[in-house]
Amino acid sequence: MTTAPVELERPETGEDVRPDIPWVTIVWNDPINLMSYVTYVFQTVFGYPKSKAHKLMLDVHHKGRAVVSSGTREEMERDVSILHGYGLWATLQQDE
Amino acid sequence: MTMGFRPAPGGAAISLDPDEAAVLRSMAAMLLGLIEEPRADDEFARIVGIGSETEPPKDPVLARLLPDAYTGDAEAAGEFRRYTEDDLRRHKRDNAQALVDSLPEAGGEVVLDLAGGHAWLKALNDVRLALGTRLGVEEETYEAYLRGQAEPADEASAAALHVYEWLGALQDSLVHALSGGDDGGPDGDAF
Repeated sequence: MTTAPVELERPETGEDVRPDIPWVTIVWNDPINLMSYVTYVFQTVFGYPKSKAHKLMLDVHHKGRAVVSSGTREEMERDVSILHGYGLWATLQQDE
Repeated sequence: MTMGFRPAPGGAAISLDPDEAAVLRSMAAMLLGLIEEPRADDEFARIVGIGSETEPPKDPVLARLLPDAYTGDAEAAGEFRRYTEDDLRRHKRDNAQALVDSLPEAGGEVVLDLAGGHAWLKALNDVRLALGTRLGVEEETYEAYLRGQAEPADEASAAALHVYEWLGALQDSLVHALSGGDDGGPDGDAF
């Protein structure tokens, strides 16, 4: 006979672990990357149409940052890795 | 003097004179010197793809090339870096090496397929990030340079700024060539 294991330890990460809160990838403004290049990267990496990619690029440029994709944490870590490969300044965080 | 990239079937092409090829070769070599190969001292870590680095680089240029993936969470940023920085270093080195490998010794015609074009785009961007960060390029100061309202600090900076500008024009022409050259000028028009 056995009893159900008791969860003694919970990770103390302090972060919101509710699965329904999505994660987002943010691209930050940067004085070096070309506007045409950033638009091209959004089209290439996310398959966005040029109009959407262009609008996101302008958001980054004028507002200092923009959410460019959302999903699970793992998906956002993958997106951030790819964007770092292209030299964009990208981070991920849980959506606010 | 090159006219920049033009669309070519499946990619892009450019004609470079010997001096231009030499500048690109030396810039790629700078990147390869800057972004060192990941340390291979731990065979197991290498096999499972875990590196040892958890801190962002102290050099601002390297920190820009290998940025943190989390803001305000050093622990998550360090963990992410441990699992990804080695791959990112290899990726950036591969792009710089691909650029060098496709340069004709004495200049001439370079024809790139889409993958080659992307490797060039990334390598050119990394060079611009390195030069721009080292020069402390800010949007306002850079525009002032272009308008002739500000002077670079010294001759070396002036030369670097000149290369930086040229690489920007080159990269922009490659973006447009890979977009099919149909989008009408800087940043193009919406569909």
